[in-house]
Amino acid sequence: MASAGSLTMLPDFSLSPRIDQVGAEERAARFTKRSIKKESKLNGLKLVLNMIDLTTLEGKDTDGKVKQLCYKAMHPHDAMPGLPAVAAICVYPSMVKVAKKALGDSGIKVASVATAFPSGQASRDVKLRDTKYAVQEGADEVDMVISRGKFHAGEYNFVFDEIAAIKEVCGEARLKVILETGELGTFDKVRRASDIAMHAGADFIKTSTGKIQPAATMPVTLVMLEAIRDFYYKTGKMIGMKPAGGISKSKLALHYLVMVKEVLGEAWLNNHWFRFGASSLANDVLMQIVKEKTGVYQAANYFSVD
Amino acid sequence: MGKTAINKSSLTISENGQEKPASSKRLEVLKTYKIYIGGQFPRTESGRYYVPVNAAGAKLANVCLSSRKDFRDAVVAARAAVSGWSNRAAFNRGQILYRMAEMLEGRKAQFMEELIQQDSTRAQAEKEVTLAIDRLIYYAGWCDKFQQVFSAVNPVASSHFNFSVPEPTGVVSIIAPQSDSLLCLVSVIAPVITGGNTCVALASETKPLCAVTFSEVLNSSDLPGGVVNILTGKPGELASWFADHMDVNATICCEKDSSMQKMMREKSALNLKRVTFYDKINWYSEEGQSPYFIMDTQEIKTTWHPVENIAGAGGGY
Repeated sequence: MASAGSLTMLPDFSLSPRIDQVGAEERAARFTKRSIKKESKLNGLKLVLNMIDLTTLEGKDTDGKVKQLCYKAMHPHDAMPGLPAVAAICVYPSMVKVAKKALGDSGIKVASVATAFPSGQASRDVKLRDTKYAVQEGADEVDMVISRGKFHAGEYNFVFDEIAAIKEVCGEARLKVILETGELGTFDKVRRASDIAMHAGADFIKTSTGKIQPAATMPVTLVMLEAIRDFYYKTGKMIGMKPAGGISKSKLALHYLVMVKEVLGEAWLNNHWFRFGASSLANDVLMQIVKEKTGVYQAANYFSVD
Repeated sequence: MGKTAINKSSLTISENGQEKPASSKRLEVLKTYKIYIGGQFPRTESGRYYVPVNAAGAKLANVCLSSRKDFRDAVVAARAAVSGWSNRAAFNRGQILYRMAEMLEGRKAQFMEELIQQDSTRAQAEKEVTLAIDRLIYYAGWCDKFQQVFSAVNPVASSHFNFSVPEPTGVVSIIAPQSDSLLCLVSVIAPVITGGNTCVALASETKPLCAVTFSEVLNSSDLPGGVVNILTGKPGELASWFADHMDVNATICCEKDSSMQKMMREKSALNLKRVTFYDKINWYSEEGQSPYFIMDTQEIKTTWHPVENIAGAGGGY
């Protein structure tokens, strides 16, 4: 809340840096050219596994489904001992209590989406109560969505105030702010939304809800990482990053790690500062780890669904 | 140039302004022989190639030397295609196999040319192509019939209706025979897809031309992408991957090398793949086509369905 405390220091968000789209795309493409093999690949894959927010955000979610997912989070693949657990479970507020109980003292966090996820089309009051409920149920982290409609209308102060208000009711819980980049349209707007979120008190900025295509892409993540870097240089405050949706292959996840390392540095290469929001990525990572260890290509049949 | 007297009219001016003789012969456009994965024609991921030669020592083409990663990609495509292909109506699968035969018929001349390049005589080539077409028709017919022939109602001593039906095993890896590259390839692929499986086939290493051209036939036959994937390369290099990939349900090997067969048996045990060797079959003869080839990649599912006490009605099963 350092920024909100000194309102006069707030930048004019309409002056956020403009992004060179071609440049961002080319830079992002270059991260995919690094060759990561053998031992470093194995370590990279374990790190990826440890950074996953294992997610289920369906209308059809049940207690049973969430419990099963929690078990998967704690025991990704028992046939291969020594694997790290995932970082967190990401669920709707109504499932927080179930997840919290199922995870016990495993150290795995419970993240809850809130603020009328995924559309964010509700009144401030509803959003605040939604968030309070999630926190009361025991959520360690809150994933909120910004009001994209207001953002497009240029009401940046509204967006800012909303994030700051949500941050206030989060208390100890870390706040991830979902920009829903697929609905923002341009890199310029992604950058602007990132700046607003960080200044308003976000602990993490997150690309997408996973409900809109395109979700996380490498160029859009790059733009957000650069916003985090600039914010860090300016304020000395570290902000976390969470690309979510559309990352289902290990190779792509490794490319993301390369990008984080080359843009932000090693301080961000742990699950306190970087997360993958994904559901199917975990199994692909597990299959690749087993392939690296055994030398045999794996089949999805031999890995638990969740 | 310039040493012999050349009629001015036969000269053309090249880019650098010098005179050169008009080419009497058109520069041929050579075909790039690529592999077939998921309905696409990519080059091998490895960037490698090899140059098979015929008996006369002529180079056939630069052919992709596929790597294990190409095989892995092909298995992903084949796995994705399983549910769509196996859930199609059997009758529709038959129509598509028939369509493949039609397409092959239309390109008979091209296949004969390639076979002749690969050391066949014209008569042999014609025989091979026509037989390959007939074989597709043969299996097209079996698509919606083999289930009836091989299914059974089983006699059980309880109040159950008990029946067994063949179901496709899934993804099949195939190392095709080296000789008679078209007929043999068709003869091993057709029964596999007739039964609703998908496959990844490694074409003849020494005679790969027809296999690549055959994949063009597949591509224009309404056969969904991924049902048949065709790689070119060396069996010695790829056989172990064909045998130990956990996402492959059965493997068919036509290589005669006994040490390779032993290795494939051992590696296939990893996920209990069905392993079949077609190393002594004369594909030209009657034994080269049979519904039993379809059954080599089928699993029998038996269902127990409770019924009223049928013994009262005097039923025997």
